[in-house]
Amino acid sequence: MITCLRRNWKMLTRLARGETGRIKEVLGEDSIAIQLMEMGLVPGIDIRRVGSAPLGDPLEFELLGFRLSLRRRESERVILFDD
Amino acid sequence: MNELTIALVGNPNTGKSSLFNALAGLHQQVGNYPGVTVEKKVGQVQLEETSLTLIDVPGTYSLVANSPDEQVAVSVLLGSQPGTTRPDRILCVVDASNLARNLYLVTQVLEMGLPVIVALTMVDIAEQRGLEIDIAGLSEALGVPVVATQPNRKKGIAPLKEVLVAEQPAAVGVVAFPDLLEHQVEQLASGEKLPAPLQDPFLARRLLLDATGSIAEVAAVEMDEDARRAVEDARQRVKTENPVHGLEPVVRYGWIKQVVDRLVSRQEAVGETGQGRLDRLLTHRISGTLIFIVVMGLLFQAVFSWALPMMDVIDGSFAWLGSTVGNWIPPGALHSLVVDGVIAGVGSVVIFLPQIIILFFFIGWLEGCGYMARAAYLMDRLMAGVGLSGRSFIPLLSSFACAIPGIMAARVIKNPRDRLTTILVAPLMSCSARLPVYVLLTAACIPDQRVLGGWLGLQGLVLFSMYVLGVVVAIIVAFILKTTLLKGPTPPFIMELPGFKLPNLVVVSRRMLSQGWDFVRQAGTLIFAVTVLVWAAGYFPHDPEVESQLRESYQQRFDQLADEGERAELQAELDAAVSGEYLRNSVLGKMGQTIEPFVQPLGWDWKIGISVIASFPAREVVIGTMGVIYNLGGDTDEESATLRDHVRTAHWDGEPDRKVFTIPVALSMMVFFALCAQCASTLVVMKRETNSWRWPLFTFVYMTGIAYLAAMLIYQLASRF
Repeated sequence: MITCLRRNWKMLTRLARGETGRIKEVLGEDSIAIQLMEMGLVPGIDIRRVGSAPLGDPLEFELLGFRLSLRRRESERVILFDD
Repeated sequence: MNELTIALVGNPNTGKSSLFNALAGLHQQVGNYPGVTVEKKVGQVQLEETSLTLIDVPGTYSLVANSPDEQVAVSVLLGSQPGTTRPDRILCVVDASNLARNLYLVTQVLEMGLPVIVALTMVDIAEQRGLEIDIAGLSEALGVPVVATQPNRKKGIAPLKEVLVAEQPAAVGVVAFPDLLEHQVEQLASGEKLPAPLQDPFLARRLLLDATGSIAEVAAVEMDEDARRAVEDARQRVKTENPVHGLEPVVRYGWIKQVVDRLVSRQEAVGETGQGRLDRLLTHRISGTLIFIVVMGLLFQAVFSWALPMMDVIDGSFAWLGSTVGNWIPPGALHSLVVDGVIAGVGSVVIFLPQIIILFFFIGWLEGCGYMARAAYLMDRLMAGVGLSGRSFIPLLSSFACAIPGIMAARVIKNPRDRLTTILVAPLMSCSARLPVYVLLTAACIPDQRVLGGWLGLQGLVLFSMYVLGVVVAIIVAFILKTTLLKGPTPPFIMELPGFKLPNLVVVSRRMLSQGWDFVRQAGTLIFAVTVLVWAAGYFPHDPEVESQLRESYQQRFDQLADEGERAELQAELDAAVSGEYLRNSVLGKMGQTIEPFVQPLGWDWKIGISVIASFPAREVVIGTMGVIYNLGGDTDEESATLRDHVRTAHWDGEPDRKVFTIPVALSMMVFFALCAQCASTLVVMKRETNSWRWPLFTFVYMTGIAYLAAMLIYQLASRF
């Protein structure tokens, strides 16, 4: 729902393979948002899209020197700064 | 003599187990925490004047617990975990190549009010990546000792041990939270609003920061309405002045970023490292998928066929043991109990051991490599289709070999509902014990024809369909479970994909052995009891009158034979007839005749019925039971031509022209075996893994129900053609 209102925002899923973006915000106040942030997805951190699984989901990212996999569903909560 | 209890905490994939192993050496015990299937590892180290007790706490990324093993991790640190005392010190294991995210947990642990020691691992990998860490600076920033180690090469272990026992003050938090929050923490900790055990600066801070409230639950403290409101009020007050969403991670990572930027210098990496190349190969869309298929094929092959020679050896040894011991004991009830009950029963448990050990070696190795996470990542989309996640893939794949290691492997699934669903459908995968039944019945009853233009043999097609049937039913059952009984929000799939590293073989082997031993000890006792029970039902009342009558009827034929060989043959036939007649008159046999009306809709006669009943403890028993009941003696296997021929020619009691094993009957029996929960070992392991008899009972009922209906359906359908 939130994603619909802010469609013009750049979501993590919009990163192309190999592209890097800077995190602006993680949407939601539930435990999933907290888990994402605890893994380092906090504002100001750079994140690079490494690729995706053969069936298109989940996605693979790199941040803070480690690799993280997220489903599209969770990636859509992560908003990046427009460059 | 001093005594110190030290807890090892750290993120998953940090080499914590290797470090624990390097510290504790041989003096370690592996078990489970009571009530949960979370592995508990405790080690003892004697250091001059001090005896150390090391507790290896399950890996966690944060003190906010999101899964059963994370809850155990936090409760061990708090001292609220039954069976463990509160640690005196905490050893934080930190992956040097992944410093920032690892420091998150460290900053939380520093606030616990205990002395803390930090051990850096993967220092070599960090160096390869061109990372240079100012260790003295890190120690100063954290206010605790920091020791660089390489557990696999036993480097840094001696200095670490010295630091572990040296006199040390309690650590203090290093991350500065907003003043208002600190003020609220102080008020909560010193006030009377909270229950006494929570009136502590660390716990009050956790209550404020962690909106999920998991800490009170983990600390096993009941919070009343007043306490809840006090915390909520304090939280709101903090929020009005600091409208930051996710205050804790934001503030902590703020501190971490500034420390890491100052203390870690990034040199140009020394060309591409081997690890980097391997990582690229493993993550590549095409090569990564191909490697995955090969690895899974190898795993399946290993569990399925590499275990066979060992299983044959075990089988042979128990047969030898049975006959040797059998020679010492005079024939009678005791003889039969020891040979057919005890030895055969124990053998039927131990026979699974090679598969369990091989599977756990593979899984441990893959996990140690960091490959398990990648497998889950690759298969996630497929498993999400039935509401599961990628983590369910390996347990289900293993279940094609044997459901027991498969169910045990489900421990890697973090979400309890996903784990339970996986455990409940795992026995539907056609395991290796079903194969003999399929082979016997297809060979005996399905015509050897080519279908689909000669491409496929009909027998092979039938065999393959049985495997497909199990998968299809498992998909349906998993889907139904996830939308009804085990309904819940889709858990997130937030998973670290660790870089490839060579696993520590000592850690892997240790785990393999402890899992194997666990199985033998715990599952063994009950399976054994069940086997003995079925033996008793198949043996008693054992009226000798039965035997003497048969002998009399054979006497005449014996008299007509002069040739030794022919007499021996007849003797064998008589012995088989005797055991068949005994079984027919036993409690089990009488049961078979009673249930005949229930198995007739499936096209079975009472002999199949009782063979099936006798095979509920272990489905592969059916071959032997059918051998006995069709008067062939107990020692038959699926390859024995006599059993196959006998199955072909068997006819209904009193109706010599009506064959028992027609194609529809063979199909209905195979379908029944494909879907039925005929394995006491599986149910016992399920009880152990779910900690309740409810789920094995549920599985037994649903699988047997589906098996009965499906077998009836296929029989009724096939009979019309």
